[in-house]
Amino acid sequence: MSPVEIVVVGASLGGLRALESLLGALPSDFGPPIVVAQHRQADGTAGLDALVAAFSPLPVQEVADRQPLRPGHVYLAPADYHVIVERRALALSTEGPVAYARPSIDVLFDSAAFVYAERVVGVVLTGASSDGAKGAAEIVRLGGQVIVEDPQTARSPEAPRATLARIRPAAVGPIEELAAWLVRRVGCGREVSWPVEL
Amino acid sequence: MSTSESIEEVELDLLLDGVARRYGYDFRDYARGSLRRRVRNVMVDEGLPTFSALQERLLRDPDCFGRFITGLSVNVTGMFRDPTVYLAFRRLVIPMLRTYPFIRVWHAGCATGEEVYSLAILLREEALYDRCLLYATDISEAVLTRARRGVFPKAAMTRYERLYRESGGTEDFSRYFVADEENAIMSESLREKIVFSQHSLVSDRSFNEFNVIFCRNVLIYFNQNLRSRVHEILYESLVNFGVLVLGLKEVVAYTPHADRYEALDPEARIYRRVR
Repeated sequence: MSPVEIVVVGASLGGLRALESLLGALPSDFGPPIVVAQHRQADGTAGLDALVAAFSPLPVQEVADRQPLRPGHVYLAPADYHVIVERRALALSTEGPVAYARPSIDVLFDSAAFVYAERVVGVVLTGASSDGAKGAAEIVRLGGQVIVEDPQTARSPEAPRATLARIRPAAVGPIEELAAWLVRRVGCGREVSWPVEL
Repeated sequence: MSTSESIEEVELDLLLDGVARRYGYDFRDYARGSLRRRVRNVMVDEGLPTFSALQERLLRDPDCFGRFITGLSVNVTGMFRDPTVYLAFRRLVIPMLRTYPFIRVWHAGCATGEEVYSLAILLREEALYDRCLLYATDISEAVLTRARRGVFPKAAMTRYERLYRESGGTEDFSRYFVADEENAIMSESLREKIVFSQHSLVSDRSFNEFNVIFCRNVLIYFNQNLRSRVHEILYESLVNFGVLVLGLKEVVAYTPHADRYEALDPEARIYRRVR
């Protein structure tokens, strides 16, 4: 199975708690960079990075233009910009909202799939719209994997449901299980993450 | 083995080569991620299945090329986007501008013009408008036509009024436009000192010297190479102590000209050329 080079996460407005459970359950030696598109008010929630940093064992920052991707870092889409994955870097865009969203989860997922193909894992968390479902389908089409929060336990089930209607996920479950799946999949902790022969 | 994504990348390269050779518009140094998205939107709008099919139509059909340019260059903008920037501009830049008898402003990449009209309002309220000439340029003639008309959806005006207030505006916002059922038409008097014209940051040079340049959320669409070239043009186009305003997520750091600017307001991305 291909190594994971990037994890992209989508959550809607109010998904902060979901993000807290997910990031809070990851070890501090989690390998790949994590890029998060969370729907937020166009002109509000400055300081989301500080909120998230408070519960993340991994360093958190808001995406600046042409942000180089570093392993084990968490990047948050700024309010009112799309985040686009480029090769080893993140770019921003002020293109119009996609499905009423900016940042758009579909835009993030789609661009990650194009660049990293089978080395992407997409995570669809709680969401009150179908944003993310199309992007998730693109990740799967290009050989990557998608895991989805259980609509039963998600605060807003629409996004997980819309995603499950389009793809077969690698895992569905409450957030703690998704976090455990990610840790297993990435193979962090102990010897596993280190190449045997140097 | 090649995958479907790498085929698309090859096709995109070929399409951009073709467009550059056929029409002289060079998009090869645009940031790939967002460029690919927008080319794909054009492809879908044209009802075509692949970039190769789009390339064929583009090369043979100049009308299709017109739509392509529009599709690639339309960036949704808005009046008084990021009001803190206008607030900082009023506080820090306006006092400097008062010392000049004549003020030239360049909006590079003005799209449909909302930000130009915003600045025109601000300059009018600061009683500087009559001393100004505002050059608003974009690569796309189609968006310039819309910018010249100055007709914006009426539905947006409530939000614009709030942003106008947050940007330090104190007048009755509705005096700046005439509204009908659907549209708000910007007042003719705001347009008096605005010159809209076609200019490509990719292929054209500096065309004048300016006291102020707005280039907000334009460079984010370019790769490092093109960005450096455009920074050269912007730098050459500024008088000494001229002011450069970038988008809120853009910085002059890491550009070849970083040490030639000082930040007047680092948060608002307002810089001043100092050498």
